[in-house]
Amino acid sequence: MTHSDWPLWEVFVRSRRGLSHTHAGSLHAPDAEMALRNARDLYTRRSEGVSLWVVPSTAITASSPDEKDPFFEPAADKPYRHPTFYEIPEGVRHL
Amino acid sequence: MNRVPATAAPAALALGDDALVLSHRLGEWAGHAPVLEEEVALANIALDLLGQARVLLSLVGDEDELAYLREERAFRNLQLVEQPNGDFAQTIARQLYFSTYQELLYGQLAAGDGEFAPLAAKAVKEVAYHRDHAEHWTLRLGDGTPESHERMQRGCDALWRFTGEMFQPVEGVDADWQKLENAWRESVGAVLQRATLIVPEGPRGGAWTAGAGRQGLHTEPFGRMIAEMQHLHRSHPGATW
Repeated sequence: MTHSDWPLWEVFVRSRRGLSHTHAGSLHAPDAEMALRNARDLYTRRSEGVSLWVVPSTAITASSPDEKDPFFEPAADKPYRHPTFYEIPEGVRHL
Repeated sequence: MNRVPATAAPAALALGDDALVLSHRLGEWAGHAPVLEEEVALANIALDLLGQARVLLSLVGDEDELAYLREERAFRNLQLVEQPNGDFAQTIARQLYFSTYQELLYGQLAAGDGEFAPLAAKAVKEVAYHRDHAEHWTLRLGDGTPESHERMQRGCDALWRFTGEMFQPVEGVDADWQKLENAWRESVGAVLQRATLIVPEGPRGGAWTAGAGRQGLHTEPFGRMIAEMQHLHRSHPGATW
């Protein structure tokens, strides 16, 4: 078996309780169980996380670079879209 | 580092040498593992074992002197852990046999109140992962392609005769060896069965089988292994980087 036979998996790590899982990287594995174990070995060996997700890369639908402008360049002249007009209470982190 | 009482030194040496030697064998996969992910997994296991070895050998004396300057006959590890890596399936068979044993043994030690209870309580979590890793691979190789099945069976068969030695009582280790052996057979037997493999037959004890590592008698490949392991330190005493 060569490496290219194995599907690619995307790895998401939750670094602490209360935070969301964030994308950490990708890896190859023959199935989901092994992907989880490889993810543990590759991404959480230095106490980086408390929870892991692995997702087949093929299950991800990505935006296309061709649609970059309509997707990601909203008009900048509508400041009311940006939630900046209130104070964040002290003690609220990760917002 | 606190030394253990002289009565516990042989035990620390035996358990420490198991960890040190298997760690070195697994380290030999670096640069040669079938896939990158697995190379990291094996190296992680090797580093866990090296950590255990350092603690155990430091209980006996200077860890570097013990690792690098002892002659072959002074090592007290099981012959199982010194066996060459072979193909990946044989390495997995060695991992399955040893990590199942180590998890059960350290579980017993952690539950007791002997010298090794704190160390065992810490190590048993690492070892549980080693066993899980070996089990998953045993299932996939045994119940995989005809070739992987054959290689996995061959690996299990080749190492079977080294498994009896694990249950010879070690001086200073307070364990129920009969219970350990029964639990080991049950656990390994169940994994092999799920992996569609046959539990090897053949002698595991007695005069004509392997197993005198604890007395300092080792198999031929071990001499070459420690020559490589010790060469740098012996050529350049005290070298660091």
